[in-house]
Amino acid sequence: MAEPTLNKLRVPLADPKVQLRQLHALAIERSFEAQVAGAGHPELRADGIQVLQINVGKRCNQVCHHCHVDAGPDRREVMSAETVDHCLRVLAQTDIPTLDITGGAPELHPEFRRMVREARALGRQVMDRCNLTILLLPNYSDLPEFLAENQVEVIASLPYYLPKQTDAQRGEGVFDGSIEALRRLNDLGYGVPGSGLKLDLVTNPVGAFLPAKQSQLEAEWRRELARRHGVTFNSLYTITNMPISRFLEFLLRSGNLETYMQKLVQAFNPAAVNGLMCRTTLSVGWDGTLYDCDFNQMLELTVDHGGPRHIRDFQIAPLARRQIVTAPHCFGCTAGAGSSCGGALAD
Amino acid sequence: MSHYYESHDLGKFGEMANGSPELWQKFLAWYSAVFAEGALSEREKALIALAVAHAVQCPYCIDAYTTACLEKGSNEEQMTEAVHVAAAIRGGASLVHGVQMRNHLHKLSM
Repeated sequence: MAEPTLNKLRVPLADPKVQLRQLHALAIERSFEAQVAGAGHPELRADGIQVLQINVGKRCNQVCHHCHVDAGPDRREVMSAETVDHCLRVLAQTDIPTLDITGGAPELHPEFRRMVREARALGRQVMDRCNLTILLLPNYSDLPEFLAENQVEVIASLPYYLPKQTDAQRGEGVFDGSIEALRRLNDLGYGVPGSGLKLDLVTNPVGAFLPAKQSQLEAEWRRELARRHGVTFNSLYTITNMPISRFLEFLLRSGNLETYMQKLVQAFNPAAVNGLMCRTTLSVGWDGTLYDCDFNQMLELTVDHGGPRHIRDFQIAPLARRQIVTAPHCFGCTAGAGSSCGGALAD
Repeated sequence: MSHYYESHDLGKFGEMANGSPELWQKFLAWYSAVFAEGALSEREKALIALAVAHAVQCPYCIDAYTTACLEKGSNEEQMTEAVHVAAAIRGGASLVHGVQMRNHLHKLSM
């Protein structure tokens, strides 16, 4: 039986407003906006839209302890077919090169395969942010073949190459399932040099600390996954845990919130600002609302600088140069080597 | 309850500059150079520091280098082995002084 989400437990922290209050109450010497201005960006602005990242809903077969979405089997938020149509229309009417599908477990969405097929028919790169264990569920066992046929790039979560750390973050038994799923993907050519099928792994630290150097971990993951499990992959992305939702709940419960935020603030890296993913990504929520990134989405910080706020009203010009909405959690993307959905920014 | 060692006091370490800014700057420059990637990796140096922190029993260093080891990519098993190295050297250092005891014992004994 999966653990309940914060939403199901009806705890105050499930409310994004309560989360923002916690973050704004922290004593931070210099605001994110001031730090970014000092790094040469008086206003943090988008620089085009290279990625349309669609969060199709909060349903997931896992309940990971660091999840900023508070996703889980008990969530009911699912993008409507009409909103999916709006997203596909935007892709068709623009030259946005990449569709990044996330969730929850995005593959659970009834329109997932249609989105993939239509985006691929438009010639767009499609990324699936995959939790791996979804590929083992009875009704989804043909997913690896579907992903391969459509040349979808699989971005798979695997915090560590050992079971203990992986299961501590993602739930009991997740490591073994993940390795089985990775082997199935490898068997189809995913992560195999020359196949054209890209399999990237994502690691978040299993606790209140920053990720190690991405290039160093990638070499270690490659060696250990091959040696221990015969698994291969293309790239490893390190992503910093965001003080949002379930990870924020962990920080509060463990008494780590102040020191963790202090660490993120003190590790501000001006070199990470230019490549921040919000500058080239537009994030769409399950109800069609537009955000600067998936983290802002979970804090319900909608785009708020003159552009349309819903995918049905999409206009490329104002959105491509919109000012980014920021809050203290943004220090998570500029700490150390920086962090994004594509990994470190200044490794 | 107040303790002699308070973990948040580590944040006041920089106040050591107040009495002697020049020495503090020299210490910082040397300290940074010591922990930079060199013939040993940053990860190896952090593990050595963690072991030494236990040998000298500095609670601030233990906190700091537990975090540093994790952020350099070490895991719990590797860190525990490093602490055992420190403990083994401390234990062994006591035990090897048994040779002194035996030398003196033999000198005194018939």
